[in-house]
Amino acid sequence: MGFARTPVIAGVYEHPTRWAPDKTAFQIHAESARGALADAGLTIADVDGYCTSGVGPLGVLSMAEHLNLQPRYLDSTSIGGASFVAHVTHAAAAIAAGLCEVALITYGSTASSERFAVGTGGGFAGDPPDHFEAPFGPTVVGSYALVAQRHMHEFGTTPEQLAEIAVTIRRHAGLNPAAKFREPITVADVLASRLVSSPLHLLDCCIISDGGGAVVLTSAERARDLPRRPVLVLGGSEACCHTAMGRRDLTDMAAQQSGPRAMAMAGVTHADIDVCMLYDSFTITVLETIENLGFCKKGEGGGFIRNGRIGLGGALPVNTDGGGLSSNHPGMRGIFLIIEAVKQLRGDAGARQVRDCEVALCHGTGGMLGLRHSGATLILGRG
Amino acid sequence: MAEDKKHKKALPRIDEESKGFWEACQRHELYVQQCRACGARRYYPRALCPTCLSGDTDWALSSGRGTVYTYTVTYQNQAAGFRDALPYVLAYVELDDGMRLLTNIVDCAPDAVRIGMPVEVVFDDVTPEVTLPKFKPAREAGK
Repeated sequence: MGFARTPVIAGVYEHPTRWAPDKTAFQIHAESARGALADAGLTIADVDGYCTSGVGPLGVLSMAEHLNLQPRYLDSTSIGGASFVAHVTHAAAAIAAGLCEVALITYGSTASSERFAVGTGGGFAGDPPDHFEAPFGPTVVGSYALVAQRHMHEFGTTPEQLAEIAVTIRRHAGLNPAAKFREPITVADVLASRLVSSPLHLLDCCIISDGGGAVVLTSAERARDLPRRPVLVLGGSEACCHTAMGRRDLTDMAAQQSGPRAMAMAGVTHADIDVCMLYDSFTITVLETIENLGFCKKGEGGGFIRNGRIGLGGALPVNTDGGGLSSNHPGMRGIFLIIEAVKQLRGDAGARQVRDCEVALCHGTGGMLGLRHSGATLILGRG
Repeated sequence: MAEDKKHKKALPRIDEESKGFWEACQRHELYVQQCRACGARRYYPRALCPTCLSGDTDWALSSGRGTVYTYTVTYQNQAAGFRDALPYVLAYVELDDGMRLLTNIVDCAPDAVRIGMPVEVVFDDVTPEVTLPKFKPAREAGK
C-alpha cells in the first residue's frame, strides 16, 4: 500500500492568464515553472526530473532545452487532458525509486488566443481506428454527446440534471478571482444555450482559454527543509477505455478501473474524500466520473448531484476552482486539478476553502469519451 | 488521411489491414472479422486477433441490420466537408450480432432518430475508391 517513501508536492502555481496573445505557450510553461519553484522554495537548478505534455511528440526535449534542464528522469506521457495527473503518479514513483529528487511538471497553452477549435475542429491522428471514425464526422464534443445520450436512455438522466452541474461549478467560479466566467448561471440558461452536439448545449461544454501551470514534487525528507506544508501523494493509477473490438458498454469509463486502484493504494474509502477535482470537459464527464469512481451506483448520478451535494458546503464538493466549465480550459486541464487540490489541502483556497480538508481525489479524463479515452486518478493528503 | 477534391470530408486510408473491408463495401457488402483460431469477432478490421494474436482471419458477412445504440445530432464541426453538412447524425449502430460501429444515420430527419430504432445498412459511394457503410431506418419486415 502506498509508495515506499511517500513523495510530496512541494510547490504549485496556476498561471493567472486566461488570454495571452502576447505570450508563447513555452513562455507560459516557463513562467509557471518559475511560480511553482518559488512556491516550493526551490530553484531551477534543483530540478532533476521533468514531465510535460501537449508540446508535440518530441516537445519534452524542446521544453527541457527551453528551460536548460538536464533531467535524469523524463516523462512525456501523452494521454490527453489526464496526462498531468499521470505525471504526478509517475514522478512520485520516480522519486520513491530514487530516479530523481525534485520533479517539475509544466503545462502551457495559447489555445484561446490562437483560436483552436478544441472540441469541434476535427483533426484526426490517422491511426487505424480513426479511419473507421473520421469519415463519419465525430468531434470531441460529439464523442461525449454519444455517451450522454446513452446515459439518458439507460438511466433516465435529464438535461436539467446535467445543467445543474454547470450551474454548481459556475457558482464556484464566482469565488475564484482568476476564473474566466464568474457570473452566476441558471439551469434555464444552460438549456437555452445552443446545442453543439445533442444533448450537449454550449454551457454543458468547457470553455476555451489560454493558461498553464506547474507542480513540483520531491521526497518527504527533502521537503522537511522547505517553507510550505507538503501535500502527500498517497496513491495513483491509470487506465484506458476504448471500443474493445466493437463491444464496449459506452457508460463504462476508465475511472472504473483507475479509481479503486488509486484509493486502495492510498488506503482510503469514499467517505474519506473531502474534495473531488474531476475533469469537467463536459457536464456528462462529471456525472459519469462520479458514478464510475463509485461515489454512487451507475445510473444514479443524476440524482446524486442534485440539491447542492457537489457544491461547496455539500457532502462532496467538486471543482471548487470553477473547473474547465468556467475557470480555464486551455485544452488539457489535468494540471489544474492538482493545483486546486493542493490549495485546498493547504487551506489556501480563500473564499472557496473546503473546511477540514484532509484528503483530495483528482481524476483526469483525456481523449474522446465515446471513442477512446484515458483515466488517471490521484489521491492526495494533507501533510 | 487523403482528401478528395469533390468529397471534402475525411476519407479512410485503405491499407493491408483494412482493404478486405473496404473492397466489400464497394460491392455493397458489410463484413466483420472472425478469428479462425479462437472464434472472437472484431470491428474495426485489423490483421491480428487481439484476443489470441492469431493472424488467421475469416470475414463474416453481416446482415447489415441492427438498432441505434446511441446517437448525437451534430450542429457544429469545423472540419472540411462536415461544416457544410450540418446538422448530421453521428451514431453507434449495434448490428444484430452485437457488434457496434460508428456511422451516420441517413434518409431520416435528425430529430426523428431514437435509440433502439431498427436500421439497415445503406452504402454511400463517396468516391470511385471509397464506399462508406451508413444506416437508414429499416423497412418494415415483409416489405
